[in-house]
Amino acid sequence: MSSDDSSLIKNANHSAGFHVNSYPKFLRMAVRLCTSGSWTFYAWMIFLSCVALVGANAWALQVRDGMIRTAMTDHVSWGLYIANFTFLVGLAAGGVMMVIPAYIYKDKDMHDTVIIGELLAIASIAMCLMFVIADLGRPDRFWHMIPLIGKFNWPISMLTWDVIVLNGYLLLNLHICGYLLYKRFLGEVPNPKWYVPFVFISIAWAISIHTVTAFLYCGLGGRPFWNTALLAPRFLTTAFCAGPAFIIIVLQIIRRMTHMVVGAGSIRTLTNIMRITILINLVMLASELFTEFYTGGSHATAARYLYFGHHGLNALQPWIWTSTISIVVAAVLLMRPNIHEHMKTLDVACILIFVGIWIEKGMGLIIPGFIPSTLHEWIEYIPSAIEWKVSAGIWAAGLIIYTLLLKVAIPIFAGQTGAQQGKNQ
Amino acid sequence: MSGHHKESCGSHCGCHTPPSNGGNDEGLFNRRNLLKGAGATLGVAAFAKAMAPITEWKESTSVDEFLQTHYRELSKDQLAEVITRLEEETKNDYGAEVNISDVRPQKGVKFGYALNLSICVGCRRCAKACHEENNHDRTSGNSYITVLEMSKGSMDMEQGHADYNHPVPQPDKFYMPVQCQQCENPPCVDVCPVEATWKEPDGIVVVDYNWCIGCRYCEAACPYHARRFNWTKPEVPKEEINIEQGYLSNRIRPQGVMEKCTFCLHRTRKGKLPACLEACPTGARVFGNLLDPTSEIRTVLANKRVFVLKEELGTKPNFFYFFDE
Repeated sequence: MSSDDSSLIKNANHSAGFHVNSYPKFLRMAVRLCTSGSWTFYAWMIFLSCVALVGANAWALQVRDGMIRTAMTDHVSWGLYIANFTFLVGLAAGGVMMVIPAYIYKDKDMHDTVIIGELLAIASIAMCLMFVIADLGRPDRFWHMIPLIGKFNWPISMLTWDVIVLNGYLLLNLHICGYLLYKRFLGEVPNPKWYVPFVFISIAWAISIHTVTAFLYCGLGGRPFWNTALLAPRFLTTAFCAGPAFIIIVLQIIRRMTHMVVGAGSIRTLTNIMRITILINLVMLASELFTEFYTGGSHATAARYLYFGHHGLNALQPWIWTSTISIVVAAVLLMRPNIHEHMKTLDVACILIFVGIWIEKGMGLIIPGFIPSTLHEWIEYIPSAIEWKVSAGIWAAGLIIYTLLLKVAIPIFAGQTGAQQGKNQ
Repeated sequence: MSGHHKESCGSHCGCHTPPSNGGNDEGLFNRRNLLKGAGATLGVAAFAKAMAPITEWKESTSVDEFLQTHYRELSKDQLAEVITRLEEETKNDYGAEVNISDVRPQKGVKFGYALNLSICVGCRRCAKACHEENNHDRTSGNSYITVLEMSKGSMDMEQGHADYNHPVPQPDKFYMPVQCQQCENPPCVDVCPVEATWKEPDGIVVVDYNWCIGCRYCEAACPYHARRFNWTKPEVPKEEINIEQGYLSNRIRPQGVMEKCTFCLHRTRKGKLPACLEACPTGARVFGNLLDPTSEIRTVLANKRVFVLKEELGTKPNFFYFFDE
């Protein structure tokens, strides 16, 4: 798609009046692109809408009857929602693994596809915010968290830091993607002044979102399972596995379904990143498990329960072993020489990584933090039907957002549509 | 793209439709647009239907509640209005005439609590008294006190059980009731994103039930399992409701917010003793003003072998445990 860069207008100068006229045109075109497509597109969107509606209904019931509709208790007070939230922060941060090669190492193939990662960040953060709202006992009081209007316990509460970094990351990516798309729509070369600084801020910012999210948990002295300095580094490493894994799958779908040119270089670079991050993750996992189990004692109680159960209580065992085995198998598969030429192996590895990390950063991390409780009571947690429905609904809503963002971005970047369309040909 | 499209671009944007649709599908009311319109209408209707249960949510009906500001920012008049509203709501929802007061901390008072592990028999009467005094949800049998049955020879909570169900005291056991430690350095207060929980001048950590957003971060942060969440609207039969209620303590809590032990501030700030202490048949509990050198609690702290729970976490509890001999 960058092959037509030469046809773009450079150093275009416009008055404000020009944008008043052309920006609504850009938005109108976006709406048009979002609402028309192939039958596959319609079927996909209708399917996602149905799942999202089921989720919306489940959430409405939960708000009406209270969180009693979930399986959470005073002992396990966070569950599937916060588990998904944690994973999705990582997915959002994972997109940066495209941004760094594209902008710092000037990887050309990656530069052409980097928008896929940036749009993924937008959709992931949107899902994160939905999961947080789903987890609130009083979503009607959401405004209490808004700085100036409500009471914002900053800088003491790590949750306020999380609100800042997540929304900041959302705004950064909205600006970068919005600007690039609008400029492409106008058929002009984007002015680096208006986006490159933001891209570099967003790289640092991506690291911050997952670090701050880890600090939410590892800052709690009363929860030994989370209270480890390795938590934030592991969060980042797993994000840089799961993000590329998801994007590799998306890139292949895009290559098959659209006219966008996806250079082999993008997938190769992402695969190389995954090959390393997954091994670093395994090293850190081994380091953690060694510390827990060799030392033993009550500090290791949660880990023992997670992996081996406790006197017949073993709700988390299937989860964590699925995760551990998936990640180990994926790590082995990724060692296959020239794996980027063996797409089937790569796809299997990507799916295993995605599932494995989703569990590891979710059910395998959030729940054992609560079991046993701080007074060593043993209460297990198995998500309720309502929780599964709400979670599926939020994932569907997120995929709707991501699909629509791609639906607008791809034709514009492929030069198939825009204000200049026709004039150049 | 044809010249036709080039010309029309900028006015109606019809140019962006793929050329194959260009001919007979032009105009607003073509088959495709009608289908899309029908689909969108159906979608909106389905969404409205899916979200309908939310309109049956009682708590959401009050605009005043929605707009109510933080406890510490309410003027005297505003607070009086809020209290009147809450009393009316309790009358409507529970049928009870209650009296909600806003008792402020006294100057020169800092509350401390001590518990004698040598004589506690684990009868759980304190937990029951807490349940009744604080208008806890009857269905869940909630209480701010968890009594642990511990094995003699170990102070490790890992050896304790809260779910024992046999005559007490057992000869090889000792009993350790745990409730809010009213920490000097409370992790629950630090983590709250909206300052809905704070430490009062007399040392009591309170929650503004009308400001809490229900994120439960404080519940994750507390090392003593002292906090509780209202998973649903509390159910208390009219005749069992304790009508003497404190705004920051035992008034019936709304659905979806946090709550916790307040050392019965609606009683203790008026010079009475906490309900759990009054219910204790063995006299294991000692409550008083830490700033008064002549108080019983100061005598205990000065003369007994005293310890606090999880001292290594640096929370500095104002709840102490001691042994007689």
